[in-house]
Amino acid sequence: MSERKVRILVAKPGLDGHDRGAKVVARALRDAGMEVIYTGLRQTPEQIVRAAIQEDVQFIGLSCLSGAHNHLFPKVTSLLEESGADDIIVFGGGVIPSDDIPFLKEKGIKEIFGPGTGTDKIINFINSLCDE
Amino acid sequence: MNNIQEFSKEIKKGNKRFIAKAITLIENEDKQATELINSLYEFCGNAKTIGITGPPGAGKSTLVGELVKHIRSLDKTCGLILVDPSSPFTGGAILGDRIRMPELTNDSGVFIRSMGTRGSLGGLAKATRDSVKILDASGYDYVIIETVGIGQAETDIVQTADAVVVVSVPGLGDHIQTLKAGIMEIADLFVVNKADKDGAPKTARELRLMIEMSNYAVEERPPVLLTDALSGTGIPELFTKIEAFIENNLKSGKFESRRKEQLLFEIQDILDYNVKKYIKTKIDKDFYKSKVEEIFNRETTPYVVTEELFNILLNKGE
Repeated sequence: MSERKVRILVAKPGLDGHDRGAKVVARALRDAGMEVIYTGLRQTPEQIVRAAIQEDVQFIGLSCLSGAHNHLFPKVTSLLEESGADDIIVFGGGVIPSDDIPFLKEKGIKEIFGPGTGTDKIINFINSLCDE
Repeated sequence: MNNIQEFSKEIKKGNKRFIAKAITLIENEDKQATELINSLYEFCGNAKTIGITGPPGAGKSTLVGELVKHIRSLDKTCGLILVDPSSPFTGGAILGDRIRMPELTNDSGVFIRSMGTRGSLGGLAKATRDSVKILDASGYDYVIIETVGIGQAETDIVQTADAVVVVSVPGLGDHIQTLKAGIMEIADLFVVNKADKDGAPKTARELRLMIEMSNYAVEERPPVLLTDALSGTGIPELFTKIEAFIENNLKSGKFESRRKEQLLFEIQDILDYNVKKYIKTKIDKDFYKSKVEEIFNRETTPYVVTEELFNILLNKGE
């Protein structure tokens, strides 16, 4: 197989309209040489999973600041599994209490990046998984 | 990837996961992509292809979204390829055209793929042409290609689409702009989008004047339409005109001759690409370096050197 470019979907599930964080991450990943498909605000988990499949991404980055992450993030991973696309790695960010992180990881979210995370940490996370 | 037969079978069934994987193979210039295209080729050629081009911010994506909604209301299916620029410095890209058409993601009769240009400069990606074939073989009735936001000279789309729509907006310049070569010459249809804005009728008038002064036969003059993509105004009329254009070309034989011209271009383009790749493998970088020194010192000229290189290549090819 020839060299594969990293493709990643950045999405905002649910109803909050705060996309600064998602945009900062999208921009940082772009500058790290990745192709970032940004799908915009207020996406349902169904929309996110369908877009991820059509775009053939290796990663989905979810951003949620509304507090509905425990509902929305696992919905994305279970829909991926139903579609036979659970090879796509899901990670998340936003305002997520540390108590919720074990539950989300159990539901298949690979990593959670809270406020203050440096973008290089996210890039390293992606690159290290690509090398595997 | 498993075997090619399995893969092409799933694509013909319209399996979106396989369609998406095939496009990735094409984008990554994987060897299997060529095999896949070869095995699917006899099933291609049925989809009508529509190219949408124009400057950044003209409303292309919004227009594409509304156009596809209209086509879906007529019970036809659509595959979309949306091209956005890749960074010339990092190779990264933000592919953001989907934002303008979120409701289409849940439509089973629509497939949307965003694509970075990855160094191509003609308004499309190198992978676009072959990706159209995949969508075509999957049975989509229409394949719609949205180019990157273009300036004046990115005209690759004319080699890929059965009908090209150039989207303009009011306020981009005076009538002199309409006289220039390049994208003004490739439109089969002109759209002045954002028709609710001041100056839209004037822009349409200037375009019509340009068309009247050009060498089009009267019956072949490209129509100029006003749309407001955000509200959907003018979209059904646009589709009717696109259909009429393609229908007329089918009757007159122009549809076929255009596709043949595109094939000729495609063969030459693939050949050019392969020759370039071959040259890269045959001539090592140190050779170039030493020649650059000689040219810099005026001991020889770029033409003498390339002549020399060409002869070396011909001998090696034997």
